[in-house]
Amino acid sequence: MGWEIDPILVALVLVNLLLLGASRLAACVRLVAVQGVLLGVLALLVQVGWSPWRAVLLAGGSILLKGIVFPRLMWKALRGAEIRREMEPYVGYTLSVLLGLGMLGLTVWVGGRLTLPVPAASHLLVPVALFTTLTGLFLIVARKKAITQVLGYLVLENGIVTFGIALSHEAPLSVELGVLLDVFVAVLVMGIIIHNIREDFDHIDADRLVSLKD
Amino acid sequence: MILLLTGLGVLLATGLVALPWRDGLRAGRVAAAGSVLGCGLVTVPAVRALVGWDTPALDLPWPVPLGSFSLGIDALSGFFVLVVALLGALAAVYGVGYLAHAAGHRRLGVPWCLYNLLLACMLVVVTARDGVLFLVAWEVMSLASFFLVTFEDEREEVREAGWTYLLATHLGTAFLLALFLVLAQGGSLRFDTFRELPSPLASVAFLLAVVGFGTKAGFWPLHVWLPEAHPAAPSHVSAVMSGVMLKTGIYGLLRVLTVLGPPPRWWGWLLVGIGVTSGLLGVLSALAQRDLKRILAYSSVENIGLVALGAGLGVLGLAFDLPVMAALGFAGALLHVLNHAVFKGLLFLGAGAVLHATGTRDIERLGGLLRRVPSTAHAFLVGSAAISGLPPFNGFVSELLILLAALAGVSERAGGVAVPATIAVAALGLVGGLAAACFARAFGVVFLGVPRQGLDREPAEATPAGMRLAMATLAGLCVAIGLGSSYLVPRLVPAVGELTGLTREELLTVLGWDVGRILLAVGLVGAAFGLVALLLARLRARMLRMREVGSSPTWDCGYAAPTARMQYTASSFARPIVELFSLVLHTRIDEVRPVGMLPSGARLQTRAPDVAEAHGFRPAFVAVARLSERLHVLQQGRVQVYVLYIALALLVLLVWQLGLGR
Repeated sequence: MGWEIDPILVALVLVNLLLLGASRLAACVRLVAVQGVLLGVLALLVQVGWSPWRAVLLAGGSILLKGIVFPRLMWKALRGAEIRREMEPYVGYTLSVLLGLGMLGLTVWVGGRLTLPVPAASHLLVPVALFTTLTGLFLIVARKKAITQVLGYLVLENGIVTFGIALSHEAPLSVELGVLLDVFVAVLVMGIIIHNIREDFDHIDADRLVSLKD
Repeated sequence: MILLLTGLGVLLATGLVALPWRDGLRAGRVAAAGSVLGCGLVTVPAVRALVGWDTPALDLPWPVPLGSFSLGIDALSGFFVLVVALLGALAAVYGVGYLAHAAGHRRLGVPWCLYNLLLACMLVVVTARDGVLFLVAWEVMSLASFFLVTFEDEREEVREAGWTYLLATHLGTAFLLALFLVLAQGGSLRFDTFRELPSPLASVAFLLAVVGFGTKAGFWPLHVWLPEAHPAAPSHVSAVMSGVMLKTGIYGLLRVLTVLGPPPRWWGWLLVGIGVTSGLLGVLSALAQRDLKRILAYSSVENIGLVALGAGLGVLGLAFDLPVMAALGFAGALLHVLNHAVFKGLLFLGAGAVLHATGTRDIERLGGLLRRVPSTAHAFLVGSAAISGLPPFNGFVSELLILLAALAGVSERAGGVAVPATIAVAALGLVGGLAAACFARAFGVVFLGVPRQGLDREPAEATPAGMRLAMATLAGLCVAIGLGSSYLVPRLVPAVGELTGLTREELLTVLGWDVGRILLAVGLVGAAFGLVALLLARLRARMLRMREVGSSPTWDCGYAAPTARMQYTASSFARPIVELFSLVLHTRIDEVRPVGMLPSGARLQTRAPDVAEAHGFRPAFVAVARLSERLHVLQQGRVQVYVLYIALALLVLLVWQLGLGR
């Protein structure tokens, strides 16, 4: 049934590349929201065949949280912090996109060699999952603003969920719901921390928070 | 086996009951009662195993990966269980009185709970039949004793000692992990599945065991934590740590020897070498100390050396196919384990009573305590005589057995036996003499004469009944083992059989008949000597009854105005020996010699820094610290960089795994 989910997977890859190249924070938030919705649809398509209730529940939860609740929280934090764009990233946007393409190549190679316990729904699923995970890690590493770090974390988590979809027969419902709840709490906490950091330091640049170093 | 489990349960349960108790005195009583009861229960299976009755092993499923909760008790385990239970119970009884003064301003529930936990873990260590269970018990034992060492954690030097101990014990455990991996050979970690290893691997396992268990046992130069940790701990804990916990290292080494199969010769040479070095350097370092408990700690290094020497001679006996030497060596080592537990326990308890009475462990300030705390003094005297290896006390018997093992090897033609045996004989003589000097100094300076410098308070025999009872029992045991050795030594036959693989008949001929006659003579002469001494004392009392008894100050010496400063101090007593051995001890002697006919001032101070620490470990650790400084570049303090490290590591691992997979 690869043909019906492949477009979504390609869309996920494109969203990742856009994220790597986007400098405006509001756009980043929107892209992550789109990615969340795409994931929900993906879960629905992959799982609906054998367990409709569960698929609807998970997809609904995912779309609700990642498509609506998280972006709202982010926007709120953005408006509070009064910042529009990431000014001086460690790695420039063009270079980020190029590195992203490199990572995509690497993940396709890895995906070809990795043997899974159960066959994945599509041969693209594993590379896309890994690529999304790596994109999240890359955002955390290469950007300075605390809010981008949170976005990176969300993307990383999206990658893990995609991987989980590949193995969805193995993971029980409770685990997936637990992961969703985890992420929700994490984002909430991070939102609060960003708020507090800004209150105390007047900026949210994670690279300037080095005074706690031993 | 049920009794063993019940005993462990009682220990842990009473420990937990004591834990939250506010009233320290009552918590102590409950925990100590639990210790006594638990230790009493476990002696039953231990004695059964020693007699030779088979006790079925216990095997419970355990939700820990790789491991199983598997306990078993054979003669070797039984012997060590007995040692642990004996000293553990007595030290608990002592501890109630000893800690009573701290009950007002300290929570005692925690240390008591840890104490019971320590006992339970030691019992599990010597009965475990599974590698994972063994290591878990070993680790909990180390941690419990670490927290007991840091009981007085408000003092800087106690914290320092605690860290030294923690570091040393974990370095040792690291070697043990490697040891069990080698022993398991990728299979199960259960002891009964360990097979004999091919020869290079067996030697690797042996060396790992020597380093790993030797760190706990206190082989020189792995002993550096010992003189720090033992003085820092409360005295009854020092007694248990020194008397019993070190022996778990010996147990581990012996247990590994039983698994590894026929030993090559050089194992014996190595153990004899370790024994001689530990014995000599331990007792020499003890001679140069001025902290009473530090003296005892270094003397533990010496005694562990003697045990290693006995085991080494036993291994040599096995390697050269000399059953008499093997039997005598291992029997001597085992008996010395028991004896050292008894007299070192006694001496630590005595040192604790001195500390309790005077508030100081610095022997340069003490003196004349014989009159003031007579019961402690007499117990300490018995312990000193026993540890010096004087007949008719117990130390003599085990040293005699080790000496006989060495003598059995001296007359052999093979140089591989004769040379180490001769060295062992010489070393035994030297160590015995030095130990006698060391304890003559310790006892003389602390209990004879008059106080050398003003004490903070007048020492009084406030020693609580529990403390006296424990010391008196141990002193009685010193005498009883010494006199009854001809009965006791044949009881070791099953345990020695486990170690040597010799048959019961062979061993009984050696230990029961040949040596038994000598030991019987020792016991009889000793008893006769004691009887004569008793009669003379009676006679003296009777003759003095009708006369007037005069008394004059100690150290009068015909001077018109004697002062306390005219006595030998601890430093001056030890000085000739310390100077003689300054090559190995690196003692710093700081003195102003008296000059002229009427000298005005003279001073002598000796300091003996630990050789292994000052010249081995300290430079090594400084070098490690300097190397680690270079890694500081990696610690940027930026979150992004840390995440990058993690991501890169995972990515490299993934690619590596997949690249190798095909």
